Amino acid sequence: MTDGLDVGSLVEEARAAIAAATSTEEIRQVASSVSGKKSPLAEAGRRLGGLDADARKELGRQLHEARTTIERLIESRRRDIRSAELRREMAQGRIDLTEFIPGSVSAPPALGHLHLVSQTRDALEDVFVGMGFEVAEGPEIETDWYNFGALNIPPGHPARSMWDTFYLNLGAPETVLLRTHTSPVQVHLMEDAVVNGGLPIHAVMPGRCYRQETEDARHLAVFHQIEGLVVDKGITFADLGGTIELFTTAYFGPDIHSRLRPAYFPFTEPSAEFEITCTICHGAGCRTCSQTGWIELGGCGMVDPAVFAAVGIDAEEWAGFAFGFGIDRCAQMRHQIADMRALTDNDIRFLQQF
Amino acid sequence: MRVPLSWLRDFAPFDREPAELVAALDDLGLVVEEVVMVGEGLADVVVARVSEIGPIEDADRIRRAVVEDGADRVEVVCGAWNFEVGDLVALAPVGAVLPGGFEIGRRKMRGVVSNGMLCSGAELNLTDDAEGILVLNEVEGARPGQRLVDALGIDTDVVFDIAVEANRPDAASVAGVARDLAARLHLPFHLPGVADLAAAGGAAAPRARLEPSGPNVDALASVRVDDPDLCPRFTARVVTGIEVTSSPPWLSRRLALAGMRPINNVVDASNYVMLEIGQPTHPYDLGRLPGHGLVIRRAATGETLTTLDGAVRTLGIPGPGLGDDGRDCLICDAHGAPVAIAGIIGGASAEIGPETARVLLEAAYFDPLAVARTSKRLGLRTEASARFERGCDPGAIDPAGHRFFELLALTAGAGMQVAPGVLDVRGEVPVPFELPVRPSRIGELLGAEFTADEITRLLEPLGLATQPVVAEEDALAVTVPTYRSDIRPAPMGEADIAEEVARTFGYSRIARRMPSWPQPGRLTPFQLDRRRVKDILCGVGSTEAWTSTFVTERDQIESGFEPPFVEVTNPLVESERFLRSSMAPGLVRAVVRNSERRHPNLRLFEVGTVFYYPEDRDLEPEEGPPADTSERLSAIFADEGDDAWTAVWVWRTVAAGLRIADWVMGDRAHLGPAASVLHQYRSAALASIVAGPPDEAGSVEFPTELGVVGELDPRFVGQLGLVNPDGRPRRVGWLDLDLGALLDTERAPRRSEEARPVSRFPSADIDLAFVVRDAIPAGSVERTLRKAGGDLLESIALFDVYRGPSVAEGARSLAFHLRFCALDRTLTDREVGELRARSIAAVEREHRGELR
Repeated sequence: MTDGLDVGSLVEEARAAIAAATSTEEIRQVASSVSGKKSPLAEAGRRLGGLDADARKELGRQLHEARTTIERLIESRRRDIRSAELRREMAQGRIDLTEFIPGSVSAPPALGHLHLVSQTRDALEDVFVGMGFEVAEGPEIETDWYNFGALNIPPGHPARSMWDTFYLNLGAPETVLLRTHTSPVQVHLMEDAVVNGGLPIHAVMPGRCYRQETEDARHLAVFHQIEGLVVDKGITFADLGGTIELFTTAYFGPDIHSRLRPAYFPFTEPSAEFEITCTICHGAGCRTCSQTGWIELGGCGMVDPAVFAAVGIDAEEWAGFAFGFGIDRCAQMRHQIADMRALTDNDIRFLQQF
Repeated sequence: MRVPLSWLRDFAPFDREPAELVAALDDLGLVVEEVVMVGEGLADVVVARVSEIGPIEDADRIRRAVVEDGADRVEVVCGAWNFEVGDLVALAPVGAVLPGGFEIGRRKMRGVVSNGMLCSGAELNLTDDAEGILVLNEVEGARPGQRLVDALGIDTDVVFDIAVEANRPDAASVAGVARDLAARLHLPFHLPGVADLAAAGGAAAPRARLEPSGPNVDALASVRVDDPDLCPRFTARVVTGIEVTSSPPWLSRRLALAGMRPINNVVDASNYVMLEIGQPTHPYDLGRLPGHGLVIRRAATGETLTTLDGAVRTLGIPGPGLGDDGRDCLICDAHGAPVAIAGIIGGASAEIGPETARVLLEAAYFDPLAVARTSKRLGLRTEASARFERGCDPGAIDPAGHRFFELLALTAGAGMQVAPGVLDVRGEVPVPFELPVRPSRIGELLGAEFTADEITRLLEPLGLATQPVVAEEDALAVTVPTYRSDIRPAPMGEADIAEEVARTFGYSRIARRMPSWPQPGRLTPFQLDRRRVKDILCGVGSTEAWTSTFVTERDQIESGFEPPFVEVTNPLVESERFLRSSMAPGLVRAVVRNSERRHPNLRLFEVGTVFYYPEDRDLEPEEGPPADTSERLSAIFADEGDDAWTAVWVWRTVAAGLRIADWVMGDRAHLGPAASVLHQYRSAALASIVAGPPDEAGSVEFPTELGVVGELDPRFVGQLGLVNPDGRPRRVGWLDLDLGALLDTERAPRRSEEARPVSRFPSADIDLAFVVRDAIPAGSVERTLRKAGGDLLESIALFDVYRGPSVAEGARSLAFHLRFCALDRTLTDREVGELRARSIAAVEREHRGELR
């Protein structure tokens, strides 16, 4: 016994009213009348207190179900109406973009800013262009051959662990990857030069690289490198040292110098790590440079004869050197950025500083 | 590689200051990453007994303590609470300098004078405990007044933590480091023998125990190698009658300083040999080795082994990487059950235990690539595997066995008996070889002259013997020892020798020279134009962002692309494993993030690569680019009042800045998947006109699609959370340009570079307003007027668009400002009148537009 109340028809009436609503305003009114404080549903709820326990329980259950159903219907209708209204608004707001009236859009009050990485890259490119280099670029997706094989790092080579690699779902497993360094561009350049008679080569190669490494204040998984390659006659290790030194003073300033120390890279021999005078303490020794006065910037060396062999350049006729370092690292050093991740945060308050 | 200085001194008299040695090591490419001064700063610290503890007035965190240092009573103030009267503690008296250079002074705290400091383990660099002070009650024999270093038996030492390059397995040993360093400092180098152990602090081993005796090794054990390509050389030696005990303190200490935990005399001797000369060995309990023998074979597919670390390892299954054929090398007992993964880790079954009396010592040369692939696939890198995969010295196998016995004899007891003979299965291992080197070539590579004599003097201390080649002037023969696996045979090896010459000579001593060449340095036209476009974007008030290449699957789908996507198989974040096909999600999110930080009004752009799954997926890796990519410029305009018009204005600024000759805005039908981020009715495709204007109906052929312009779809924007305070999606302008197409002057021709003369004669202005149906783009009308005006039309601009009561439904009035001018004369009124009439007629004819 439910006090003569037909909960079922209550729901059906509400369903019809909800379906009939066609605007946000209408659905709001309908919602108020079928589930609001003055709705029959609410009235019935208020009468529950007067019933005996069993009837109260039964009617309470029915009312709860009815309310759930009605609210679901309202919500669903509200969503439909909203999306229809959005569509209608969008159609009403149709614009012929060729009706553009010159002068109708006002110029901005302030200039925007190039990203610090772009500015750094441009500045580095300009220094190298001034030194006689061209600027070359290459793809971010590479095959194993270009990223490793041609660079004297055959499959299974333990030196591969020097580069944590992102592999892609293209080709056979672990054959196509996101380049871990800009060095594959060297291989493309040399191959092209061999085919098209393009030797000598004097080029720098900036670009985005990827390493499967957890990011921290000093490392980003996606980062930028610039690589240099000279293949010419009579090029020596002494030329490499001179080039690095000239670049260092040109980019960092006359009181910043460079030094080379032995290192290992599979694609160069002899190989070197190059360090520059600490830009924080200018060589006096500080925390940043672990009191040494020097900070590591990049790697370099004479192109390994195995690399020349891979691309078909005669190592007896031609000689070459290569070097590479991080663009983001340069920016970090020059601007004393404590945490490299500020570069990818895209906070306008950071971007507008440069 | 952690190398104690005291150990290095076994090989050569390194009497220099640590800083000087560090500089020399760095300069050799053996980069010292850290120098640990063991026992430094402890010289002045003494043991003291606490005789009194009392409170200090008005202080509840510090107390007064009186300690006796054997001679005096010293009053100190102390903030630690973990000691009582009678405890032995470490006292740093006034004047003491602690690790890190902290000098103890006399201080007054709350009226009490502190005449020193009671030290914590952390302050002394002995333990990590910084909470309480170091209590020494448990230290045997400790007494007040004794120096702390004496009480704890600490010898001072210097440990160099050296980053060994991947190509120098020989330098992953104390001997290898010492050899390079001695060569650089011109010091005599020798390999230590039994006698040197005494110098290290131990008694020399009784020689008798090292004399082979008893049954021959082949009566005690057997070895069979089934797969010699995986294991080119395997030796086994046997020693019996040993006692397993702890190592001599000096040996344990050296291991500890080098970063290895001492275990027992057998395992320690093996580890010591590995650290000392770089050859890993493995001792087995011969008594627990079924069949008293070893079989070396490749693992069967899916074979398992429980390794020393308790993990069950599955072997013999190829991994995904190139060059991993799944051929893993196992060491098995004589019955074929695996007991170790060759060169990587032992199994638990034949481990040395307290009961071990007979030891079989393995010393072998495993195929470096095989060890590398197994280690990589199992994710298991050990001290041994790190050395084997870089290429151990096959010549060190026998010295290693001998050295192991020397060390074991120190502690193994009087019953130790070395079995005569060695089980030696020998296949093809690297051997010393002669490398022809031209001194002139070394000079050409380095840019510095070196005579044959100079080269000889630089190489010989490294163990690289040289000999002049008879009958040739410019030739040396360098004998490359097996421990220098990084030096290759001819023709590559000459470069390796050049590096050795430069390294021992000193990189910094090679004079530098700036090369020059006749070719000019320059940027390509594309690179210059790309900079120009970015500068223009900055000029219109937008700032360059750098958003992530990695996006979610949902981002990809919301941006209008359908699987498959280019996907990272080993992503850093599992959900972000797709390479973006659009920069829209990243840029919208960047605006959202700035809004959350209360900078909601901004314009951002990005230049970057987007990626599409290639159509032709069967491509061989060597052929062509392995994926479809596009370098694009995307910009989002979310400043106050920004909308599609902002984007259109920016586009027109870019097009003008690049002098794009002719372009059209087309309808959405031409937009690719990238358009699904766009508002259905407030967007357009951009295309360059290569030849010919659009046809009569105003529809446009799309010779080269340059990009899209308009407003972002409110649903897309809303989903990414870019909403107004009322919850509705924000209106934001969007411009997305394909830089490859836009900056290609073939596909998007530029206006001629030829200078156009400007007229000295006055111009005539006329304004024309037409009522034209909405379906006809204003751009088409403008185009018609341009054509009608011909060469005499100097400029044209739309200046008003009117919809309202006085204009028919479904149409609008477009008002243009036209300026006419001739180069050679002032246009007459009649001429202007004719131009006006011609213009009106053209619009009436082409678009059924009515003059208003």
